[in-house]
Amino acid sequence: MALTLQTFPTSDAAAAALAADGATRYLGGGTLVIRNANEGDVSFSGYIGATDPTLSAITVVDGRATLGASVTMGRIIADIRLECLAKAAHSVGGPAIRNMATVGGNLYAPAPYGDLGVALLALDADVEVGGASIPLQRFLAERDTIHARSVVRSISFALPDAGAFRFIKVSRIKPKGVSVVTIAAVLDESGGTIASARIAYGCMADRPMRAKAVETALAGKPRTADGIRDALTVASDGTEPITDAIASAWYRTQVLPVHLGRLLLA
Amino acid sequence: MAKVPVQFTLNGEEKAEFVESGATLLQALRDKIGDMSVKSGCQQGTCGSCSVLIDGEIRLSCLTLAETCGGTVIETTAGLAESGVLHPLQRAFNEGFATQCGFCTPGMLMAAKALFDRNPQPSREDVVDAIAGNICRCTGYEPIVQAILAASRSNTVNAA
Repeated sequence: MALTLQTFPTSDAAAAALAADGATRYLGGGTLVIRNANEGDVSFSGYIGATDPTLSAITVVDGRATLGASVTMGRIIADIRLECLAKAAHSVGGPAIRNMATVGGNLYAPAPYGDLGVALLALDADVEVGGASIPLQRFLAERDTIHARSVVRSISFALPDAGAFRFIKVSRIKPKGVSVVTIAAVLDESGGTIASARIAYGCMADRPMRAKAVETALAGKPRTADGIRDALTVASDGTEPITDAIASAWYRTQVLPVHLGRLLLA
Repeated sequence: MAKVPVQFTLNGEEKAEFVESGATLLQALRDKIGDMSVKSGCQQGTCGSCSVLIDGEIRLSCLTLAETCGGTVIETTAGLAESGVLHPLQRAFNEGFATQCGFCTPGMLMAAKALFDRNPQPSREDVVDAIAGNICRCTGYEPIVQAILAASRSNTVNAA
């Protein structure tokens, strides 16, 4: 059965309509919601969309980038100002998916999807949702509760210094496959020493997560094999990896420190 | 079910149809317009067999609502050949045995055309990336990659 689409000129109007009718789902790029509908999900009977141009805007002001929630992976890749995110955006699906999948939708994507969200979490991004700006980490914790039926307007983050941002998506199928584990890191280095680090994982929980124990262990250490040894021993602290057709939770736990080490030393 | 009007250009021809609200572009193209070159595969965004070009961008018609395509320019494999003359990509697929059962071929062709439209002389790496969203269970991909590279080397592909 086809589902009806209601389109609104502003994200606020779309959010109000979404809140008023629990049988609707917000339609971004369609790669999650229409996929669910095609699969036979009968938990919703209509789509809510928005044509608000601010949802598709990309701005970079004073070193801070703001991406409208409807910005696609393809547009991120094409925008030279967002070079730091290009690898993460390119890791999402094939070319057709990248022309459709949106930043906002990626924040709701369950593991093993949501690779861009891992990068944004390491970049300490903020999410504009429900009339407020909140840290992405908090948004992710609340995405199934308070924000389950919210309309994300934008995501913003400070552009990292050159070379400070690192990203890897480990996949068994090249060049496109779902993630075994995804790792993003922002390292603040000074004089050969890691002053501070933000590390984020994908697939090591049901949604992107910060690796706090690793971040603490890296602080003040040189970025050498000896320097990161303690951090690798706590790589899986606090994780609850998913098990799926690609890898078991056990396997993900075993390979995590290997790929984390390679990323940090690259 | 409410019907909504939608108008777009399909392979150079203006089309105006009434579609069910929430119907996918795949359903509109096959069931309403009769363009059977667009294949219905997984309907999950995984196989790429329903790939079409919308305003020059490769997209999946199974995950696109028809009513969101108003005013767009849509290209499918059915529009590749002109006056009975195959597109260079089609010829290269034929000559290079890059098709077996043929189900993935329309999607592969459109993915390759999207690549050629922005990069007429792609590298092998470019080609592999361009068809990364398209699954073929017959050929093992290598004949497809070689066919696309062969088409890129032909003199006519840029003018097609």
